[in-house]
Amino acid sequence: MSESQRVVFGQTMVELARAHPDFVLLDGDLANSTRADILAQEEPGAFVELGIAEQNLIGVAAGLATMGFRPWVSSFAVFLVNRDLDQLRMLVAQNRLPVRLAGAYSGLMTGFTGKTHQSVEDLAVMRVIPSMTVLCPADAAEAAAAIRWAHEAPGPVYVRLCRDAVADLPPVPEPYDPGRGRWLLRGSMGTMISTGVQSTRTLEAARLLGEMGYDLGVLHLPAVKPLPEEEVLEAARLGPVWTVEEHSVIGGLGGAVAEIVSREHPQRVLRIGIEDTYGASGDNESLLEHFALTPRRVAERVRRSFPWDPGRIEVGREARRHDP
Amino acid sequence: MTAEEREQLEALCRRGRRLVIETVRHAGAGHVGGPLSAMEILVTLYFKVLRVDPARPRWPERDRFVLSKGHASVGLYTVMALRGYLPVEELKTFDHMGSRLQGHPDMTALEGLDMSTGSLGQGLSVAVGMALGSMRLGTGVRVFCLLGDGECQEGQVWEAAHSAASLGLGNLVAVVDRNGLPQFAWAGRRRGEVVAWDLGRRFCAFGWQVREVDGHDVGALAQALVPSPDGPVAVIARTVKGKGVSFMENDYSWHSRVATAEELARAIAELEAPA
Repeated sequence: MSESQRVVFGQTMVELARAHPDFVLLDGDLANSTRADILAQEEPGAFVELGIAEQNLIGVAAGLATMGFRPWVSSFAVFLVNRDLDQLRMLVAQNRLPVRLAGAYSGLMTGFTGKTHQSVEDLAVMRVIPSMTVLCPADAAEAAAAIRWAHEAPGPVYVRLCRDAVADLPPVPEPYDPGRGRWLLRGSMGTMISTGVQSTRTLEAARLLGEMGYDLGVLHLPAVKPLPEEEVLEAARLGPVWTVEEHSVIGGLGGAVAEIVSREHPQRVLRIGIEDTYGASGDNESLLEHFALTPRRVAERVRRSFPWDPGRIEVGREARRHDP
Repeated sequence: MTAEEREQLEALCRRGRRLVIETVRHAGAGHVGGPLSAMEILVTLYFKVLRVDPARPRWPERDRFVLSKGHASVGLYTVMALRGYLPVEELKTFDHMGSRLQGHPDMTALEGLDMSTGSLGQGLSVAVGMALGSMRLGTGVRVFCLLGDGECQEGQVWEAAHSAASLGLGNLVAVVDRNGLPQFAWAGRRRGEVVAWDLGRRFCAFGWQVREVDGHDVGALAQALVPSPDGPVAVIARTVKGKGVSFMENDYSWHSRVATAEELARAIAELEAPA
């Protein structure tokens, strides 16, 4: 486990501010939460405080973008996605302006703030917006790579960031390419496709499943839009697919994968995530347990939903039967 | 402003009004009342105030203009056509499939538009961003934003107003087309609750310099539409919705209504009658 994505975000903002004259960051009075305060401290000239006024935040960013800047907007994911949807749609996305949205405190782990502050629908909402790129880095290193990539990308980009530190995945392949899925594990009986900080837990779930005799692969997607279709379809050709995300089961990673798989290579897709409900206050472990997103709970859900008897599958080793 | 210049601008306004009514009639849809109330504002901006060059719509040093009340698009297109951004003839394509003249201004369709608008209350924030960007670049670009009084009921307008004053934007001018008539009705029923009558005091309270003018007096507008180094300026332009055509004035049904052939003829007769 290394730094949290939010600390890496703040540090990478400093790096970008020093490297790019078109850099500017707009804050909505949350810098000490999102850790944009690292930028405010290190490069105050690149930091603009606009106060608690999120709709204005997006409008100002759009205006700056027309003047040749590549503005970063930093706020909680829930506010950027929900409160600012109209502004994002009309001012930013319809004009394909290079506004960068750093969605802090995404998912469930928001420091005990509860369902008001937990974005469980941000991927679905951002994904449906034409011209929007939606990045979901898995760990600190990938967050830094995604943020650097986003700064140079054309059009608007949403980066989904987690508040708290999570376990690291293997190093990000160079150069970072959100258009390519990362195979974390190959399996003969199907694939769990995951994104964001859930991917490390999904990888751990695969190890637990392996111990139970289920040989499943894990594919991490650094983006849900555009979706790394090649790897997703590779997974679909190998066997059934489980999508696992710290997000609603509707419209996010699961929706994106189901859309492409049903069109290109019909295959069974089972979606694991937050079941069409909102979050709650609690510590991270309790939340992940409650919403069944810990490695153990994911492994259980996959095992129970297994579409056939693994005892009948040739897996190149002694096959074990799953529970009836 | 010389008498000759005033006469020129007033003639452009009369021609612009006729084109607005004709364009909406040709398209079979569009807004009339707002473009008519804003005609002097738009003509003064494009012919007297804005440092722009229609031949170079992307010139980085040009002044910026944001039409926050995007439904007045026909008025903007008309004045841009008169200024040379597009052929006047092209106004006939308004609202048609494939036209650069979309129902609401689309900066990706027509060069010369500095921002797309249509969802009300958002333009001033964009203007704040442009003015902030201009300050950071040190280019001297000035930014003008036209708002409707009705859209000043949107909360975002006041988020933007607060930020503009806080940032001390001495290159920003907001002008409110205070015609007193929204599409259907104001929130609340008592006159005192109508935001339009109180706008000057509101902008003042937010730290803006406020200038109230007759919004149909091109000379007064030209004098008022000047930024102040002390901070953002709000010009409250007293206007009449549907101005210039007697039967359209102060009648909210003309917010978006297509003139019949007979109405068009009457309107033209009124607009072209000697003063």
